Amino acid sequence: MQKISKSRLYELFDAIAAKQSLYIPTDREAGAAEYRKYESGMKLTKELNTVRSAKDFFFPQTENLADFKIEGKTIEVRDIREECEDFVIFGVRACDARSFTILDKVFLCEPVDSFYKNRRDHGTVITMACTRPAETCFCKTFGIDPTVPGGDVSCFDDGESIFFLANTEKGERFVESISSFLEDGDTDRLMEVQTRAREIMDKLPLAKLSTENFGGDKLNEYFNSDKWAELSEACLGCGTCTFVCPTCQCYDIKDFNTGHGIKRFRCWDSCMYSDFTKMAHGNPRLTQLERFRQRFMHKLVYFPANNDGEFGCVGCGRCLAKCPISMNIVKVMKALEAK
Amino acid sequence: MNNDTLIPKIGVVTDIRQDTPDVKTFRVVAPEGGKVFEHMPGQCAMLSIPGVGEAMFSITSSPTNKEFMEFSIKKCGCLTEWLHAMEVGQQITIRGPYGNAFPVEGDLRGKDLLFIAGGIGLAPLRSVINYVRDNRANYGDVQVIYGSRSKDDLVDYQEIIDEWMADPNIEVNLTIDNAQEGWDGHVGFVPNYVKELAPSTSKTVLVCGPPIMIKFTLAGLKELGFTETQVYTTMELRMKCGVGKCGRCNIGNKYVCKDGPVFRFDQLGELPDEY
Amino acid sequence: MQEAMIKRAKELLADGSVDRVIGWKRGEFAYDITPAVFTTAEELDRDFVCDDFTAANVSKYLVKETQKEGKILAFLKPCDTYSFNQLVKEHRIDREKVYVIGIEGGPKLDIEKIKAKGITGILSVKNEDYTLKIETIYGTQTMPFYEAILGKCASCKSKKHVVFDELIGEDGDVLDSNRFEMVEKLENMTAQERFDFWRDQLSKCIRCNACRNVCPACTCENCVFDNPKSGIDNKAPADSFEENMFHIIRAFHVAGRCTDCGECSRVCPQHIPLHLLNRKFIKDINELYGEYQAGADTTSRAPLNTYDKNDCEPSVVHERGVE
Repeated sequence: MQKISKSRLYELFDAIAAKQSLYIPTDREAGAAEYRKYESGMKLTKELNTVRSAKDFFFPQTENLADFKIEGKTIEVRDIREECEDFVIFGVRACDARSFTILDKVFLCEPVDSFYKNRRDHGTVITMACTRPAETCFCKTFGIDPTVPGGDVSCFDDGESIFFLANTEKGERFVESISSFLEDGDTDRLMEVQTRAREIMDKLPLAKLSTENFGGDKLNEYFNSDKWAELSEACLGCGTCTFVCPTCQCYDIKDFNTGHGIKRFRCWDSCMYSDFTKMAHGNPRLTQLERFRQRFMHKLVYFPANNDGEFGCVGCGRCLAKCPISMNIVKVMKALEAK
Repeated sequence: MNNDTLIPKIGVVTDIRQDTPDVKTFRVVAPEGGKVFEHMPGQCAMLSIPGVGEAMFSITSSPTNKEFMEFSIKKCGCLTEWLHAMEVGQQITIRGPYGNAFPVEGDLRGKDLLFIAGGIGLAPLRSVINYVRDNRANYGDVQVIYGSRSKDDLVDYQEIIDEWMADPNIEVNLTIDNAQEGWDGHVGFVPNYVKELAPSTSKTVLVCGPPIMIKFTLAGLKELGFTETQVYTTMELRMKCGVGKCGRCNIGNKYVCKDGPVFRFDQLGELPDEY
Repeated sequence: MQEAMIKRAKELLADGSVDRVIGWKRGEFAYDITPAVFTTAEELDRDFVCDDFTAANVSKYLVKETQKEGKILAFLKPCDTYSFNQLVKEHRIDREKVYVIGIEGGPKLDIEKIKAKGITGILSVKNEDYTLKIETIYGTQTMPFYEAILGKCASCKSKKHVVFDELIGEDGDVLDSNRFEMVEKLENMTAQERFDFWRDQLSKCIRCNACRNVCPACTCENCVFDNPKSGIDNKAPADSFEENMFHIIRAFHVAGRCTDCGECSRVCPQHIPLHLLNRKFIKDINELYGEYQAGADTTSRAPLNTYDKNDCEPSVVHERGVE
């Protein structure tokens, strides 16, 4: 496999960034990493993952859909879309890389969402294999091997070098473009690192969590479960879980009057919010129980029912770490399957 | 870049009819004339006044109308209040068509049809009724049972009298909730009227109206011997995208905007009875 | 203390004094506790926890809980009693329906501060004489207890329970905390420095509304930010102005009612020091209207609801001649 010595990594970043935008996970403050546009001198975070997920690259929190100019009785619609520039995201974890294939199922099915597709077409995803998973990790539950992450190019760290493996045509083009930095390297040490990481995976507290009791055929069994009342009891109805989640993709469309015209934008929305389903003449989800149930039924039952068994969760553990009341999909799964 | 369904087109309001004290019917055409897009009966469109809001409405005109689309809209919120205040010539934005349709060229062909509507619930069925009238040879008996709170609240009443009731090929039964001056027709709630009329169980039923009316009508139909596979309805929930992506109009794993709004009752029976 | 609490809760349930108990339920890990209502001795024995991680203030839940039938036992830390009192004062909690047991307060631990040290794969956290011994899948790690305490506990304002029906453990005193230190630092900045500080912080906001929803002073049935008729409802910061204004408007809305419980900053997934906005208001109120601690009692009039001729801005009312 082709590799680069870790001592030359930032030299490589400088070269990539000279040609196109490069984003890397870096420390915003101790214990909190985020993706930022790479500039010389910026360092990769030592954190396992970023606080916000990588979905922002393809499905940003807000984006403009169209502009309107209103004069008297007439309205002009302005298509403000522009082809986006090529960009590279480095250091995406296996869980987040899988989240893109889940988002693809929503946004790239007919009718294709051109806003999402535009970014997806122009973004190259370079993943990084995990070696030090956290206690909140449970990607294995969803069939993800974090030591062999997806994306256009997978990277592996054996302690001394970073190995590059192209998975897609786009990935091959990328590896080709940086070939002058790469040399052939043997992977013995890498295999050891991988074996060790897999052993740790098996020892994680959530290693035994399984999707066996979930899926599209469990609708009535779980929808009517008496566990929802207790599970949702302390839920604050905030959007933290939704917003840090790499697969949550519900959105709202709103208009903003700039004073010079109307901007129609879309923004993340949360099924946990009280007004998510509110209509002029009523709200079908009146209490937090229904809203809470929707979020987990969507991930564990509805999504697999509509997407050939694929679950709407990648086990990244962000909701476990960030929910203000520490209620999360793991607790929900365990409570639901306990008869 | 390809067209994106989220970027709307312009529609011009060319006629506004006050149907009831709180329902107006709007005629919409493309700025260059003709319809903005084609649809099938039961499908919906997203109408918007930029800066005010956007919402889903069923298309009440029949696709056999080649000149314009119509929307019967009840005033009940911010956007609909604004729409009601419009004058002829006003432009709005429109996108669609969204959702499935009543299977007028599928299961409904050749069948005896019974339409049951309450109040503004006539809006989506009017599209089907006029489609069936315009393709009369393809369907069996057609009966319409329609009721509202009062005579004034019967949507499209003039069209019903002038055209439907004058049409020897369809039977129209009207009812209002309470007796009133100038009304010598039937008085009583729709579900009870359906039971009184006791239509033949050979008919396929299309029902739309307030949830409580639908609930009692379905129960009445079952008493008469109808099965859930014979009864269709159309649903409404809050929508933003119209294409099953924004994630809010689902019942179980079905999105009303994409998998609906038309459902047969046996299909709804497989879904949770809450949201 | 946990054992004494469970024992007392079981007694009060058994003799019918209370119907329910609100406290904290243990989670999957050593630190992920969830506020919970218990109704049986079995549930208490199985799940009830009170330890270094039970920081969550349960006062706000009592708004909904006291709308239900029956009486509820609430375990309140000193800081929680201020929130409780303030909600009683605002007629949001029915005092008659709550039996308050005051329990010792923190300092409580912040798991994020432990993780920020690079400690991961955490299996257990033990406090051994103010050194944390943390078992992880990568081996045992240690760190000083006080480096891992919550920000809100580091500047604790009071160890005194301002309301209780009984106490487990001892009551403490109002502390002479250094809680306005950072506010003073901000006040001493130039306007530009201060603006830059807040832009840097507020630009991190993802508008998850966790701060608002956890805040015991935010109990409106329908928040202005959720009301489409308000014209300022939104789920995402449409621009930087809105990003700033959401938090500033919220700080205004809770001014004079915020007890400085610190929950806003504790729950912020982006670590925005939101409590500093509220503390600035508290400090200003103290300086302009005299020392005032929201929630310290249930009877005094709040400075922003009271007028007298010595008011710092008496002009308008004074000119009208109102005594």
